[in-house]
Amino acid sequence: MEKIIRILKIWTLWELLKGLGVTGRYLFRKKFTLNYPEEKAPQSPRFRGLHALRRYEDGEERCIACKLCEAVCPAMAITIEAAPRDEDAPDQNGAGLSRNYGNRRTTRYDIDLFKCIFCGYCEEACPVEAIVETRVYEYCFESRNGSVITKEELLKIGDQHEAQLAVDLEVDGRYR
Amino acid sequence: MFELSDTFINVLWNLLMIVVIVAPLMLGVAYLTYAERKIIGYMQVRIGPNRVGPKGWLQPIADALKLMLKEIILPTGANKALFVVAPILSIAPALAAWAVIPFDDGLVLSNLDAGLLYILALTSVGVYGVVIAGWASNSKYAFLGAMRTAAQVVSYEIAMGFALVGVLMAAGSLNLGDIVRAQEGNLFTWYWLPLLPLFVVYFLSGVAETNRAPFDVAEGESEIVAGFHVEYSGMTFAIFFLAEYANMILIAALSSVLFLGGWLSPFQGIPVLDPLTAWVPGLFWLLMKMSIFLFLFLWFRATFPRYRYDQIMRLGWKVFLPVTIFWLFVEGVAIYAELGPWFSDVLGAR
Repeated sequence: MEKIIRILKIWTLWELLKGLGVTGRYLFRKKFTLNYPEEKAPQSPRFRGLHALRRYEDGEERCIACKLCEAVCPAMAITIEAAPRDEDAPDQNGAGLSRNYGNRRTTRYDIDLFKCIFCGYCEEACPVEAIVETRVYEYCFESRNGSVITKEELLKIGDQHEAQLAVDLEVDGRYR
Repeated sequence: MFELSDTFINVLWNLLMIVVIVAPLMLGVAYLTYAERKIIGYMQVRIGPNRVGPKGWLQPIADALKLMLKEIILPTGANKALFVVAPILSIAPALAAWAVIPFDDGLVLSNLDAGLLYILALTSVGVYGVVIAGWASNSKYAFLGAMRTAAQVVSYEIAMGFALVGVLMAAGSLNLGDIVRAQEGNLFTWYWLPLLPLFVVYFLSGVAETNRAPFDVAEGESEIVAGFHVEYSGMTFAIFFLAEYANMILIAALSSVLFLGGWLSPFQGIPVLDPLTAWVPGLFWLLMKMSIFLFLFLWFRATFPRYRYDQIMRLGWKVFLPVTIFWLFVEGVAIYAELGPWFSDVLGAR
């Protein structure tokens, strides 16, 4: 009996028709396609996109050049050089002394985005929430060395996205 | 005023008819590629091309333009003359075969009495283009692809030929118009029912003949890159592409004419529907039947994985061929016994 069923199945192309049935059903399924520039996938507050350096509300940069991010970076994409700040120097009478004068600050903070694997360890290692990763994922480089972004560029990105960054850090802060 | 000789007018008339057939065919090929991408996309739960023009309707035009503007590369080691001739050899039969396809009662470019034989001959010639392309390219992938195609097409030609023998036995004619007329009656006097195994074998052999999935070992991306046309680019590649799709449409048209009653209305012999749909031209029914087969082509491609080479050979020689021969025997008996509505007057008509 089993043998007869098997032979019948072979000669009626049963399995092949079943396969056609599957693709036939899928023809009418709801499509998963996202019409990208018009529609975008939802993002998590933990989204790890382009990097940024943040500032305090008074405009002072947060980064204290502790180099923890540089040390933790598995791709060695971060290069930091540091020195005491010589801006805001007081005049000869000692007037105009800024509280930031002489602080340890970075003189160079480069991230090579070709090396970076967007793991988010730098963000996690940072004790002052200075280096963060934004939600920006649509960017490009127009030259070969354009992949290295400097401290100025990072600060600029931070200034642009500060509102969003503050909200995301606030939301995610509960789980850190 | 000057007198035009009859021959001249005749030639001109024929040229005009050729344009009238080939131009829609080319458009059909273009939009068949669009339909293919859309349908396969839908079956893979994607939406397919939708960027060029509304809903992507201009996509095939953009593709054609791109292919026309691309450089044609002649490989250094290639046999230049054959390399260029090969695509022409593969498109010519694909187009020439349309001469004998009846689009409606009497609407045929060349009413050949040996139409079926002509078709069989031309579809076999098509393989030369592929074989020569593989040889002239002087590339191992192209050569392997060409060898596979040659073996495959030769094997399936035989099963296909036997399936056609079944049709001409039933119709008692090689003229495609007469074959359609012999199927007149209703949905069930068409040859798909009495010749069901031959119908299935014919269409599947047709899929194999056009090197479409699941019989596309000639292209076999996973093992031989693109098969016989690896070295082709730009317009030469486009012509191979055109030939493949023109052949698909041809097989669809032939299957409709031989087994699904060509231009005949499916409502023939049904009391109310027949007079209601009498105004619909036969061409419409033929196109409808063709689109069913074309959809099947695409459906197969979206469903079945590629056959291994030895499986293809086994299917062709050890399954299709015995099935056709067996059914020819059954059919012979049925004709002798003047069975049912199909074979009752075959002997008498002769």
